[in-house]
Amino acid sequence: MNEQTSLDYAIKLDMFEGPLDLLLHLIKKNEIDLYNIPVALITQQYLEYLDIIKSLNLDLAGEYLVMASTLIHIKSRMLLPVPEEPSEEESEEDPRAELVRQLLEYQAFKEAASQLGKRPMLERDVFTRSAPLPDDPQPTDASEDEWVEVSIFELIDAFGRLVSRIDRQDLLEIDLEKMSLADLINDVMERLTREKNLTFEELLGEKWDRRRVVYTFLAILELVKLKMIKAYQTQAFGVIRIFPAVEP
Amino acid sequence: MDNLPAIIEALILASEAPLSVEKICAVLESVDKSDVSQALEQLKADHDARPGGICLQDVAGGYQFRTRPELAPWVKKLKSGKPASLTPAALETLAIIAYRQPIVKSEIEGIRGVDVGGPLKSLLDKKLVRIVGRKDVPGKPIIYGTTKKFLEVFNLRDLSDLPTMREMKEMTEHQEPLEYSLPDPEFSAAVASDADFPTAEMFEEEDLP
Repeated sequence: MNEQTSLDYAIKLDMFEGPLDLLLHLIKKNEIDLYNIPVALITQQYLEYLDIIKSLNLDLAGEYLVMASTLIHIKSRMLLPVPEEPSEEESEEDPRAELVRQLLEYQAFKEAASQLGKRPMLERDVFTRSAPLPDDPQPTDASEDEWVEVSIFELIDAFGRLVSRIDRQDLLEIDLEKMSLADLINDVMERLTREKNLTFEELLGEKWDRRRVVYTFLAILELVKLKMIKAYQTQAFGVIRIFPAVEP
Repeated sequence: MDNLPAIIEALILASEAPLSVEKICAVLESVDKSDVSQALEQLKADHDARPGGICLQDVAGGYQFRTRPELAPWVKKLKSGKPASLTPAALETLAIIAYRQPIVKSEIEGIRGVDVGGPLKSLLDKKLVRIVGRKDVPGKPIIYGTTKKFLEVFNLRDLSDLPTMREMKEMTEHQEPLEYSLPDPEFSAAVASDADFPTAEMFEEEDLP
């Protein structure tokens, strides 16, 4: 294969959305009846494409290789002689049937997707009066307003805000109260099962001191890690609420 | 009420989201639902008749004023940002979810023949798709469905407003005698009778938005 053709292919390769898409392309290119695919021809062309992808050092998705082996498998099955008297319970199906079904299904959805893409799309073809301007995110409407799971960084932010609110004098107190992480974990879980959901501040209760804040925070981190609780907020920088991961 | 269309027009303009007939009735209190519907039809016809820049659209279970598609080039300039768009992979994934919902990831991948993790995430981020629940099979896979925003973005009244997948029907009805290198009467039956193809029933799923 000379350089010109492989370059030609390279441009086209971008368009394929997967092995089925590639197969459909080959079928269309060769003007083949989908119900009577010449497997040998298609397999050969399919493998040629894979070679081109490889020669261009592109990442070859594993799915393409699976399809290659399926094609070769079908080809080999079609070479086998048909049993003269097929056993009644296991009447031989055309080895291509499953592939044809898959191709038809994929083709239909590909068509449906293109129809969908042609519809007047909001913010592309049609606009509403209250459409948010770019970079000006507006709160989504209430029906879709779901709790968003928060990341560790937002938890740390919340912790930082709390610590900055503690009166400095409290920090100097020597607290003799014995506190263990295990106790706090149990305490947090117990309160969450009772109250269903709590904010970090509610979890701390009335008496804040540094040790308690730190231990509660560690307890929450530990519980999140163990997937026993979940932390959510309704919007960026909103109040973080802690939920038990499973309903008691 | 003589000025009913005018009142309704004002309500729709002032509403953030598509305004449903029920909401209009709730505001107007003593007015019949049929009168409201009639006034809406009249409003729609009025807007279609005049050569203006906006039209009244029936989307996501409500009414909303929208700019006419042919004016998009100008409005886009005003908005000056990147217009909304979906990659072909995301669009295919979205189409599969829209027509086959509720559906799990492995089923989508079965149809597309490739991994859909990336496009699925972008659809979730764009709030076009949502998690509907978990399927009661080993591994409890997540079930996906489309959102109300999906209807709004694609100018759809409801899911039954989606065009039927005509191409597919035509193809499955294709039942001419087929030629094989293997004589196999089972093959045509297998293709024609496959129960997996979507039908009108798919729109009757209960837990859709």
